[in-house]
Amino acid sequence: MSRNAKINTLLLVIVAALAVLPLALGLGDDKKEPFTGSDSQAETAITENKPDYEPWFSPLYEPPSGEIESALFALQAALGAGVLAYYFGLRRGRRQGAEIASAKEAPAKRTAEGTAEGTAERTADVDSTRTTTEQV
Amino acid sequence: MHIAEGFLPPAHAIAWGVASAPFVVHGVRSLTREVKEHPESTLLLGASGAFTFVLSALKIPSVTGSCSHPTGTGLGAILFRPPIMTVLGTITLLFQALLLAHGGLTTLGANVFSMAIVGPWAGYAVYRLLKRFDAPLMVAVFFGAFVADLSTYCVTSVQLALAFPDPSSGFVGALGKFGGIFAVTQIPLAVSEGLLTVLVMRLLVQSSKGELTRLGVLLQGKKTDTKTESGASA
Repeated sequence: MSRNAKINTLLLVIVAALAVLPLALGLGDDKKEPFTGSDSQAETAITENKPDYEPWFSPLYEPPSGEIESALFALQAALGAGVLAYYFGLRRGRRQGAEIASAKEAPAKRTAEGTAEGTAERTADVDSTRTTTEQV
Repeated sequence: MHIAEGFLPPAHAIAWGVASAPFVVHGVRSLTREVKEHPESTLLLGASGAFTFVLSALKIPSVTGSCSHPTGTGLGAILFRPPIMTVLGTITLLFQALLLAHGGLTTLGANVFSMAIVGPWAGYAVYRLLKRFDAPLMVAVFFGAFVADLSTYCVTSVQLALAFPDPSSGFVGALGKFGGIFAVTQIPLAVSEGLLTVLVMRLLVQSSKGELTRLGVLLQGKKTDTKTESGASA
């Protein structure tokens, strides 16, 4: 595994540990309902501060059950993850394509110009070799 | 950090809506200008919005024995500046309000203000400040995302404390109470969000150097290796 991949994996492991530790340590055990959402806790706190408060508007659409709700949450995460994966996949593909193209052009370049150094010089070379290959 | 539908008195709901509206309008203008001038950035814009979509759907257990979720707004704010992130965050909040009954239309203004305005601006400010003091890119990204996340939940606590002061201890007492529910819970999650944002930024540095240079995240002509970035990000 490359150094980069190691660091990336480490980052993910720490994030996972941060999420699992509260569960493993039983930090919600003293509660009647452990690990409820903080949003609903806030609703409880509101009714404590102002017992006569009535929500004056209700959601236009409410998922009919907890299952449907978690399905929709999964959908949200999946949509996001799908777009992210598409982005990085596309980038990777383009980069690999460019690498293959430059590897193919490299021998032609060596005969024409000798060994090229420096990225600016190299991109110029790639352009020139591209035109020559197109002519061929 | 969603304030549930109907859980803000009408006057507060309207006030937060009015406060948020100009930011959203300005954001939409910035976004359309960005897409028009740099059509090639559409893909990365989509990825930034997607990051917010994923992170705000992840409910993660926290030290307080309750669950909450990150916001994912730091990344977009750093890449495209906060006004554009305001639009992406508002879209996410609308999706959740309309389909998941999380948050709501009456509380949309307040939720947009905390998650899509204050969070991105606070995170971006910290990021720029750290970069100004020559902090390594990834350190600035971590704290930018951390602050974007945590500040969102602090604002939510203030919004609720303003609307529902404690009967005996008033605003301050209520702020302590809501802060205990939201902000304390959020600290480890903000760390997680910071680390995930660093991870995505590392992947972007590997895959999209040109784009990051154009957006000013990476400096032109400097070495962009994450290790040498510390010296390069003057």
